[in-house]
Amino acid sequence: MENALELLALSPPGWGGNLLRGLWSTFQIALGAYILGLALGLFGAFGKIYGGPVLRGVLTTYTTVIRAVPELVLILLLYYLGTDLLNMALTSMGFERTDISGLWAGIYVIGFVQGAYSTEVLRGAFQAVPFGQIEAARAIGMSAFKSHWRIILPAMIPFALPGLANLWLIATKETALLAVVGFSELALETKQAAGITKAYFMFYVAAAALYLMLSLVSTGVFSLVERRFRRGQPTQS
Amino acid sequence: MDWSWLPEYLPQFAQGLWVTLQLLFWSVLIGMSLAIPIGLVQVTGPRPLAWLARGFTTVIRGTPLLIQLWLIYYGVGSLFPSIPGIRETVIWPYLREAFPYAVLAFSLSVAGYEGEIMRGAFRGVPKGELEAARAVGMTPFQVLRRVWLPRALQNTFPTLTGEFILTLKATPLAATITIYEVYGIGSIVRTETYKIYEPLLFVAGIYLCLTGILVVGFRYLENRIPKQSRS
Repeated sequence: MENALELLALSPPGWGGNLLRGLWSTFQIALGAYILGLALGLFGAFGKIYGGPVLRGVLTTYTTVIRAVPELVLILLLYYLGTDLLNMALTSMGFERTDISGLWAGIYVIGFVQGAYSTEVLRGAFQAVPFGQIEAARAIGMSAFKSHWRIILPAMIPFALPGLANLWLIATKETALLAVVGFSELALETKQAAGITKAYFMFYVAAAALYLMLSLVSTGVFSLVERRFRRGQPTQS
Repeated sequence: MDWSWLPEYLPQFAQGLWVTLQLLFWSVLIGMSLAIPIGLVQVTGPRPLAWLARGFTTVIRGTPLLIQLWLIYYGVGSLFPSIPGIRETVIWPYLREAFPYAVLAFSLSVAGYEGEIMRGAFRGVPKGELEAARAVGMTPFQVLRRVWLPRALQNTFPTLTGEFILTLKATPLAATITIYEVYGIGSIVRTETYKIYEPLLFVAGIYLCLTGILVVGFRYLENRIPKQSRS
């Protein structure tokens, strides 16, 4: 037990500091990816609802393929594809080739995957908004943009929140897959610490505890947010 | 795109596919069987068991599967050799294989997620049906076996497709503990041929087909099961 405390000490030779730094990058990557996913999801949802046949086809392919292929495969594919495309663009404009840093690569890779799930959540939420409210907004002369901004989006939030909370939890857990690709976050820091000290069991339990803490805190925050957005609505059983 | 490597590696992919399917089948089977008691004790008690089950589902759903897998394979696996005399027992050869650890990790994950669904399913069976079963003189166990469990399982059947797909998408993680399923074979091809996209796209295609087969197959099965009347 004393040994475990020594290994988890915050300053070297303890590895606690490394784990916490890993947790911080995990949080940053998850947050960035979540926001990117939401933006993609908003675009995807409205594209699926209002778009023409071509856009709808593209978006359907996007959501179907992303949701059917393992995340690990997607992460690798998107990572190589992203760096290649960026470098092609850079060299064609006469710049040097670069490598994307782990943080940004993680954000866009997981964000792209999250976008597919967000699209479906937001589309479902849009369809749950009572049509009368949309009609009423139009009837009093709101423009298409105004009616979306003032009426539809705010009305969508309570319907979307449970799904969005779930997506955030998935995002935090999905970042662990980046360890397989070699990006530095909690899972990789843990793997390195465990590999060097040989205290595999202890470090993986510690990492699991950190992830669990992140999940539990997030669940608490989301239930507070949900309560606030549901105020004034009839309670659902 | 250069696919000239494909014929050479096809037999390996076939083997990998078999490993993937085995992982998928055993994990969902064992996971679902574990989910039934986990869901049930949360509805019936006793309290300590209900808390234990609740804690289990919270931990499983709150931590990444990759960490669970590594915890079980590297963590628990590294504790076994220190148990005196274990090398002489019959289970030792299995403890040195990676496959049982992967099945254990995936099963526990399925049990965690599906246990939560089973809890809702047990609670969702109308009280009247259970009272009727008791009224005709069934013992508590008979009520469970003849009425409660079948009705609960019927309600969870639609979630089974999702569980199969989620587990299928989790199986590539097994490659990180030296199990060569479809994704693992793809990684071998990548390192041996120095190609990046073709093996990954091929692997993605296989998973896409498998998911498609699962969806179509389960839709067929679902249509054959009589729908419960919602009155």
